[in-house]
Amino acid sequence: MGAHHDHDHDHEERWSEVELRVKALESLLTEKGLVDPAALEVLIQTYETKVGPRNGAQVVARAWSDPAYKARLLEDATAAIAELGFTGRQGEDMVVVENTEAVHNLVVCTLCSCYPWPVLGLPPAWYKAAPYRARAVREPRAVLAEFGVAVPEEREVRVWDSTAELRYLVLPQRPPGTEGLDEGALAELVTRDSMIGVGEPLPPAGAAA
Amino acid sequence: MNGAHDLGGIDGFGPVLREENEPLFHHPWERRAFAVTLAAGMLGRWNIDMARFAREDTDPVTYLNATYYEQWLRGLQRLLVERGLVDAEELASGRAAGPGPVPAVPAERVPAILARGASARRDVQAEPRFRVGDRVRARNLHPRGHTRMPRYVRGHEGVVARDHGHQVFPDRNGMGQGEAPERCYAVRFAARTLWGPDAALADSVVVDLWEPYLEPA
Repeated sequence: MGAHHDHDHDHEERWSEVELRVKALESLLTEKGLVDPAALEVLIQTYETKVGPRNGAQVVARAWSDPAYKARLLEDATAAIAELGFTGRQGEDMVVVENTEAVHNLVVCTLCSCYPWPVLGLPPAWYKAAPYRARAVREPRAVLAEFGVAVPEEREVRVWDSTAELRYLVLPQRPPGTEGLDEGALAELVTRDSMIGVGEPLPPAGAAA
Repeated sequence: MNGAHDLGGIDGFGPVLREENEPLFHHPWERRAFAVTLAAGMLGRWNIDMARFAREDTDPVTYLNATYYEQWLRGLQRLLVERGLVDAEELASGRAAGPGPVPAVPAERVPAILARGASARRDVQAEPRFRVGDRVRARNLHPRGHTRMPRYVRGHEGVVARDHGHQVFPDRNGMGQGEAPERCYAVRFAARTLWGPDAALADSVVVDLWEPYLEPA
């Protein structure tokens, strides 16, 4: 308990020191006219409110509903995703990889934190942290098991290490029992984790778990 | 460089720690560090590969002890000084000795800059050295500067799975030596080739690798 308390205390000290450094840097850059304070607010607003995994869910739901769109998405993901208005930083050149009965795809960036921002937003902390980056390539099935995903032995787990400026999005398999659902309802089933490859889409409401 | 950032395959980090309803930022300072880093990057004094190298190029203990946004902050401070936007004295004191050499990117331009991004793809008319389906070997290279070839593929054979066209070459671009575009391929390695007989027979790892990293196998 005592050790835990000291640990928390150390962290608080560390964060207040970092906080001061960040504040000092921000005011220095503002004073030097290198940063427009209003631009910082636009940047924060964009990623806190406008860009996130709901964008990617729309892409997936469209692909599930419209075979012609799915074909375009797999052929030229950047253009097909731009059709829905999602473009730009950290998604300039997109690749969509499709899960099938034969292949389960999983995306990682072992060298840093590459992630398709326009469709998924900023990555979660675990995606950027050492355990996932170290293990996803070496023992993907053990990582998937921690996420509650079991892949049969004969089904290939294909891990995509994002080492270049291509950004990967997984197209998960459409869940059974969703035949009557429209695109909006389908999008509700698409989780962020299913588009990274560490999860499956949600079952439709009323389906047996 | 063979730095601590090259994490693929390292044992001992423990489980992947997930958080229910994770916030986008865990401390208010992370939000500021994120925005300041992006805004300073928009001044155009460095590229993404230089930004990555500024974060990687440190001793492994420092790298691994830092949280994600601490790594960003350390990289940003280094780039600001190296690229002549701020001098070391100003950084230490927090007081500006004078205005910066370039004007800030105004807020109204930010949405368009984000929506456009900066593709690394370059149109170069050149015959690809490899075709989809070719067997290739990742060369056993250990450059001291920036590289995007992870250690775990070096020396191993795989098969070209996709041709991404020409892309800015990080090993040059990250060292401020120009874009030097090279053809980039997704190369698929059998998991057992990389990790030995304990890996699942069916599994594979696909890594994006530029032509200079590869040789015919």
